[in-house]
Amino acid sequence: MSQNLAPNPNAMVSIRNLHKHYGELQVLKGVDLDIAPGEVVCVIGPSGSGKTTMLRCVNFLENYQDGRIYVDGQLVGYREQNGQLKPAPEKEVAKIRAETAMVFQQFNLFPHMTALRNVTFGPMKVRKVNKAEAEENARRLLARVGLADKADNYPSQLSGGQQQRVAIARALAMEPKVILFDEVTSALDPELVGEVLQVMTDLAQSHGVTMIVVTHEMGFARDVADRIVFMDGGVVVEQGPPSQVLEHPESERLQAFLRRLHS
Amino acid sequence: MYKLRWEYITNNKELFIDGLLLGLKMAILGLIIGTVLGLLLAFARQYGPRPLRWVVTAYVELIRNIPLLLIVSLLYFGLPQVFPRRSTGQEWVLKILPDAETTFIVALAIYAAAYLAEIFSAGIVSVGKRYLEAGRSLGLSRTQTAVSITLPIMLRTVLPSLGNTFIGLFKDTSIAVAIAAPELTWAARKISTDYFRYIEAWATAGVIYLLTCYAIAIGLRLIERRIKWTVA
Repeated sequence: MSQNLAPNPNAMVSIRNLHKHYGELQVLKGVDLDIAPGEVVCVIGPSGSGKTTMLRCVNFLENYQDGRIYVDGQLVGYREQNGQLKPAPEKEVAKIRAETAMVFQQFNLFPHMTALRNVTFGPMKVRKVNKAEAEENARRLLARVGLADKADNYPSQLSGGQQQRVAIARALAMEPKVILFDEVTSALDPELVGEVLQVMTDLAQSHGVTMIVVTHEMGFARDVADRIVFMDGGVVVEQGPPSQVLEHPESERLQAFLRRLHS
Repeated sequence: MYKLRWEYITNNKELFIDGLLLGLKMAILGLIIGTVLGLLLAFARQYGPRPLRWVVTAYVELIRNIPLLLIVSLLYFGLPQVFPRRSTGQEWVLKILPDAETTFIVALAIYAAAYLAEIFSAGIVSVGKRYLEAGRSLGLSRTQTAVSITLPIMLRTVLPSLGNTFIGLFKDTSIAVAIAAPELTWAARKISTDYFRYIEAWATAGVIYLLTCYAIAIGLRLIERRIKWTVA
């Protein structure tokens, strides 16, 4: 195999020649991507381009058939034996999942837990943090996303924007190596999008948090991303700083995509 | 003309009160055991290895398609016949099923487990995949996800149908009359045959069943109302 599958030692996330198919349908056809520690990367592209699938592979909510994903040098979901991928044991998968927090399009808060409990649950169950410490940390995080007064509310008592901010606090509470945002504003009413983007902007500008953001919010991508990655047809077509990717797109496909957005 | 004589009831009210209490006791114990069994069966059916799923499905289908009276009769009359209690020293039959009351509780638990397993299974299936993904994403194990996420959401979802099943199973305690456990139906039958006061006896039992079932329904509704969260 001539393809270099080794992780970039300086990257927090290294994706190498990633292939994923559902039966006949090829969704990812060799994605290569490196994300540096603390970097904020926005992934854009038409629907069906594979961006969400790639994100879910990093969290190993989806398996993959070929290629490699490394988070902080650790292979995700598999063990490598003589160049072959063998499924990793459940414990190992769970451990690496805990390092890659996900914020979902539909929030996916636990409906039977208060906002506070949603945030403390992961650290207590997975990281074995004691209750007092977990709650103190959770209250701090809820305050950070502007929801200090909603700690005792259940998700069904919160608006979509508030739920998504709790979900971001829940992700932060795990102190993950990377946070994956999967079209987190797509399910929100337009007037609630701003508050969630604001929280994400603050997060990005605080540095220290590595973020991969799959989004349709071009304004956010332009203002906040360190780098924009354009995906189409299951591969990375073009990437670079926002000014370059959005103002001077090189590829035909990116030009067409941006034209459709503006029309 | 037939004249109603309620003093036969009031003079024997302990019979009815004790009957109700025994019925409730058998129902509650049978339901607690049945619920635990039903939960185990339901989770085994959804998450267990394939052969185990087949066994559980076979159990649920078998029990749900035979009458409770048959299970009661088999346990109470059949089992001691196959394993005679004294002559062969099969003490375990005596230990597990020493009397009519215990036998009925075991039978009700076996019966309830099948019905509840069916309800819980449907509840487990209905729990949104997104909650499970959120749990997995945090790094929870399969067991942690099942216990901390699937179980509570599932119980909340099935609570209304659980109430109906509980009420139905409470009424089924009347079948214990067949093995002479002195519950409510047994009391009514005794009064009616001892004094030929059929209408008074059965009307009394009927009213007590009715009120108790309503009380259970109201109790469950109060519990439901106390739960502040809903599954979006």
